[in-house]
Amino acid sequence: MVAQNIFFGIMAAIMIWAALRVVTTKNVVHAALWLVIVLAGVAGQFLLLGAEFVGVTQILVYIGAVVVLFLFGIMLTRASMGEDENVNLPNRIVPATVGVLLFGLMAFATIDYWRDAELPKDGSPTTVEAVSDSIFSDFIVPFEATSVLLLAALIGAIVVARKE
Amino acid sequence: MSEFLRSYLTVAIFGATGCLLVGAFVGLSALVRPTRPQAQKYLTYESGVDPVGTGWSQSNIRYYVFALLFVMFDVEAVFIFPWATRLEAYGYFGLVEMAIFIFILALGLFYAWRKGVLRWV
Repeated sequence: MVAQNIFFGIMAAIMIWAALRVVTTKNVVHAALWLVIVLAGVAGQFLLLGAEFVGVTQILVYIGAVVVLFLFGIMLTRASMGEDENVNLPNRIVPATVGVLLFGLMAFATIDYWRDAELPKDGSPTTVEAVSDSIFSDFIVPFEATSVLLLAALIGAIVVARKE
Repeated sequence: MSEFLRSYLTVAIFGATGCLLVGAFVGLSALVRPTRPQAQKYLTYESGVDPVGTGWSQSNIRYYVFALLFVMFDVEAVFIFPWATRLEAYGYFGLVEMAIFIFILALGLFYAWRKGVLRWV
């Protein structure tokens, strides 16, 4: 458990540092790239907890796809993306207050609900194979329904993105 | 430390060694090489022609549809990945189920193709 705690600490420190850089950097594209480090840290924490599938999904979907969408959104909407002095708005008290309140609420809810929860001590990680067995036995119908959901999302995205 | 985490420790050591090697070689060359900075040396090389404008420019809006399609099929890949680790255990059952899954999503690609989204004019 000691090694896990050390790795948790290292990853948490890197994540906090990168998260601070996300909000303090003046370049919006750099902010999205710092976010990659934060999300990679989340994936590492999931692996540390033995949740292999969630960790891999974190890398594939969040780092692979969501950040790409962020970057595309930035690159499509902004004419100039270099150093921007106006990124920090003059009215920063209100967003800071909202951020702190939201953090406090989520932290309280998380701690309050999982106060007595204990992590599995050792040697019982949920491997991808176990997740796969679960999908292809008990959850085969939801799995196929997911494809219809994804199809609906795909067609919806195309309809919205296309100009008629 | 469990067997599971030990195997990921190997991944971490591998990645750290890679970063260390790159850092060591780049650092070593920075120590050895002479440094005579000139403005021309920092220009972007573009077929011998001086670049115009800045590196930060707006991209074409058409790329966005491809990004959206990529996200969809990325999520599909997330479901294919666990299946691939247990492919042999499922046999034809798994093959048929995954074929149905991919077929339904391929309908979306077919829709995009028919609507002319994939065409680059």
